[in-house]
Amino acid sequence: MLALLVAQNIAFYVIAALIVFGALRVVTCKNLVHAALWLVLVLAGVAAQYILVAAEFVAITQILVYLGAIVVLFLFGIMLTRAKTGTDTDLDHGSGKKIISGVIGLLLLGIMGYALWDEYRGQEIGNLTVQRTAAVSDSIFSTYLLPFEVISVLLLAALIGAIVLARRD
Amino acid sequence: MTLHLLASFAPPYWLSTVIKVLVISIVVPTTALILGMVFLFKVMSWMQSRLGPQEAGPRGTLQLLADGVKFLQKEDIAPNGADMFVFKAAPLVVLMSTLLLYVALPASAHLVVANLDVGIFYVLAVSSLSVLGVLMAGWASANKYSLMGGLRAAGQLIAYELPMVLAVLGVVIQAGTMSLNGIVFAQADGTIFGWSGIGNPYILTQFVGFVIFIAAVQAELTQPPFDMPVAESEIVSGYQVEYTGFRFLIFFLAEFATAFVFAGIASILFLGGWAVPWLETGSDWYYVLGPIVLFAKVMIVSFIIFWVRFTYPRFREDQLQSFAWKFLIPLALVNIVITAVLKVVF
Repeated sequence: MLALLVAQNIAFYVIAALIVFGALRVVTCKNLVHAALWLVLVLAGVAAQYILVAAEFVAITQILVYLGAIVVLFLFGIMLTRAKTGTDTDLDHGSGKKIISGVIGLLLLGIMGYALWDEYRGQEIGNLTVQRTAAVSDSIFSTYLLPFEVISVLLLAALIGAIVLARRD
Repeated sequence: MTLHLLASFAPPYWLSTVIKVLVISIVVPTTALILGMVFLFKVMSWMQSRLGPQEAGPRGTLQLLADGVKFLQKEDIAPNGADMFVFKAAPLVVLMSTLLLYVALPASAHLVVANLDVGIFYVLAVSSLSVLGVLMAGWASANKYSLMGGLRAAGQLIAYELPMVLAVLGVVIQAGTMSLNGIVFAQADGTIFGWSGIGNPYILTQFVGFVIFIAAVQAELTQPPFDMPVAESEIVSGYQVEYTGFRFLIFFLAEFATAFVFAGIASILFLGGWAVPWLETGSDWYYVLGPIVLFAKVMIVSFIIFWVRFTYPRFREDQLQSFAWKFLIPLALVNIVITAVLKVVF
């Protein structure tokens, strides 16, 4: 058990380092398509972290939704509009904007990091057992039914809103 | 005796991992070779009243091996304006998606790389990763035909993923599990109005789902009649146009290996998978029989896929999209509703 936990911790830090590196490249690289591809690394890393904590269903959902759909949609949009190869100079902003976005990023990191640390401080993950899909669906459709439905309606509203905004006629 | 030995073979973790990696890396090219040889060369030429390749090997059966060697010998060329890293990585992303698909395919209750509880959900998720590789290839080639082919491929794969997921949902509702082995067990233990002679292969109850699934597989493979992304007469092979030699070979390999694995998934979902009706699913015989039965069923499903491929002309882009959105998806939704109602009633 202990050996497994050690291996898990090592894997966690390796994947976390990859995610952070990928995330930095997303905002610093000079080509929009490359940025989207670095985002693939970040999102795949998150899926890998879910697998490390034995949340199989969540990890697969992450792959299906984020890699298979959202990044593909990003790439699709980028390639339909501006798909230059090589560096793209329009992507650079002035130093003022860079500082502002940097500060906002750090603030977000601080708030979310503190919230997570405050909530789970001192807690340890005990024996990990692979999460059964049936258990996930049971809890979604009984305990968390109301939040689930509310989120569904919210997404539907966003979808309709996007169509209304995009329609010209 | 031998069967008993096979059943009691429990290697340590590292050894089983090595065996699994070796098996997958042998199985993937072999299956691609078999499908290419049997269907692309032989069945296709018989359907078109010609002999097909005759020279290499007995009756030309080794032609594809010869072609493979030819591809390996070719110079590795990339276009001048291409984005080199993405250009080179793209075929590997497509191949990786194929390799990941094989991980979940069970050839018997225990002959499976990873017996995942999320089974079919995992298959659908990793199969969607190949779109990334196709888009990368289309963009990085710095060629407008490539880009157009890549965009067409992405639009098509997104459109046909939905009917595929919805067709699978009918099976999942009926079996009550997403695990591929669980679906096989559910079919083997099923009864048709109390008669348990052949179990209950879901092709009988989910025939609509089967047809939708095969159509969606055809589209995901970008094979005719769904080959708008590679339409050689208008966009000269689309995203593959700048690829030569072994990079083209990887695309080819991935396409045919994916055809095989999807035929395998279809036979597991609808034809009872590796099980045969007169033998208990717990039997040790399946260590030998399972892969053979699955292979036979895969060849039957592949025949249907390639039969359609060689018979019908190409869809137009708007026909292709409206076929998915206005016909397959509503049909699949109706199928789900009927299945769910019947599931509750019975």
